[in-house]
Amino acid sequence: MTHTALIAEDEPLLAQCLKQDLQTLWPELQMLGIAPHGQAAVEQALALKPTICFLDIRMPGMTGLEAARAMAEDWPDGQPLPLMVFVTAYDQYALQAFEQAAVDYVLKPVQIERLAQTVERLKQRLDKPVAMDQTLAQLRQLLTTQPAAAPLRMLQAAVGSTIHMVPVEDVLFFEAADKYVRAVTAEKEHLLRISLRELLPQLDTQSFWQIHRGVIVRANGIERAVRDEAGKLTLYLRGSKEQLTVSRMYAHLFKGL
Amino acid sequence: MASVLSRCAVHFKTRLVRQLLLVIAIGLTFAIGLTLALRQDFGTTLFYSLCITGCCSATAQGAHELLSRLLGGKRLSGLPLVIVVVIGALPGYQIGYWIADALMGQRSVTLLDGSPRQLAFLLFMVIVPCVIASYYFRSRQQLDQARAQAAEHQLQLLQAQLEPHMLFNTLANLRALIRMDPARAQTMLDQLIAFLRATLQASRSGSHSLTDEFARLTDYLALMEVRMQDRLRPHFSLPPELAGEQIPPLLLQPLVENAIKHGLEPQVEGGELHISARREGKVLLLDVRDTGAGLSQSGTTGTQFGLHQVRERLAARYGANATFTLTDSPEGGTLAQIKITQST
Repeated sequence: MTHTALIAEDEPLLAQCLKQDLQTLWPELQMLGIAPHGQAAVEQALALKPTICFLDIRMPGMTGLEAARAMAEDWPDGQPLPLMVFVTAYDQYALQAFEQAAVDYVLKPVQIERLAQTVERLKQRLDKPVAMDQTLAQLRQLLTTQPAAAPLRMLQAAVGSTIHMVPVEDVLFFEAADKYVRAVTAEKEHLLRISLRELLPQLDTQSFWQIHRGVIVRANGIERAVRDEAGKLTLYLRGSKEQLTVSRMYAHLFKGL
Repeated sequence: MASVLSRCAVHFKTRLVRQLLLVIAIGLTFAIGLTLALRQDFGTTLFYSLCITGCCSATAQGAHELLSRLLGGKRLSGLPLVIVVVIGALPGYQIGYWIADALMGQRSVTLLDGSPRQLAFLLFMVIVPCVIASYYFRSRQQLDQARAQAAEHQLQLLQAQLEPHMLFNTLANLRALIRMDPARAQTMLDQLIAFLRATLQASRSGSHSLTDEFARLTDYLALMEVRMQDRLRPHFSLPPELAGEQIPPLLLQPLVENAIKHGLEPQVEGGELHISARREGKVLLLDVRDTGAGLSQSGTTGTQFGLHQVRERLAARYGANATFTLTDSPEGGTLAQIKITQST
């Protein structure tokens, strides 16, 4: 079986250099191409199904970690997830996180000796495929954000010249919508000028659970969680007709007692 | 951590050496004075003076240290310091006599059995050097603190301008270019050298012309353009009559860096970056405007350290004559603006 690799890197020179180094170290590895940002990486990975992804952490739009999560969430059932290698310039906190999560990473500038080690490790791991659950747990650990000291109590949703004040405990769920966030209450919905990424750390994680890269739900608003034959989890809410899908990344939250 | 420890050790050593030198100086002064005034034997007098001064210095220092520890690390100053040092030195005076007596095999008249006149004379001999010594150490300490603060400040400015992420990414690109395009690598290295040199100079005080400022920003942006390519589109506007205006070196650099980091880099499509200088009446306006995410979208993820530096440097140089504002630009994106009112 030939192994394939996708590189996600917004700096063209670095991507080119990494590609050349990989070709020298691992001639049999087939290079699928270079994605210039996180969103492109997710689309190309889902289309081309590489066995390995090299993901730069800091990229415009979606970070490398967020791209890895999106891939894990949308990956077709029954197929092995790509092995993820994260590439980062100086960031000591990130390095600590990677070591704790036992995920492979390389530091920029990428040194050929260090890359050779990664190649060896990848070859070994390709022989014995990793369980999806393990990768999901590693990614969850890496994506955990430091919560803010004081959780948000009131939301301010601007509509024209009016600002609607919405108590955060009235919100049933938050959903990412392009650069905005939809905040849905039992009565109506509001558009917030903030990204879900920025909103998440400001919420009390006891009351609000992330269930998908684009959805955060108020835990005590959930009436029931139903799993269908394919294993897909759907949430039904109190006081709303909307149904929410739980991604496999966050399915561990609903185990049932 | 290790460097902090070694700095403490060095600090302790220098303090010890200073203390010893001071003891010798005071001991010698007293020995010469007493030899001349009382026609005593110089050798014996010097030996006694050194013993007594050494012990006084040790006990006074000990008393001061103990008290400042009891007060939770607070250093004393002024009259309280002098009082503590004098009282602390008194037992040292007696102990010094005992040690010198024991070594010389003599029995001297001391504080404990002297006449009131002698007592006053001896006390005076303790108080005067103590006051001098505590004044000397206090000013040394203040000088050291001021020096440490200045060094810290310089280091912070340097760190703000040499963001590690920028530096390592630039080096990674340079490494890639060395293999793929050595001529361009050399150009990039020259730009990096020019930028690093300017950064080191900027962390000291001084000023340079707007022409120089724009040239250094061009170097910095050339480095960033290697990384971002056509996602970064810089535009400069410097009217010839403003070319010679002096400003603190690399004043605009943190603003340019912020515009890229928070405005343009997060955008998949990148954007424009306008850097301009103009004059409106007596006011010199320096603008850094990007067409990026805008303030409300980019969030407050930064440490605001760069902006703090800009404000501080403006205040130090121009006082109330300079203002700095950061607003959403009417054309979209963010506008950072410095206004310097010129008196002439």
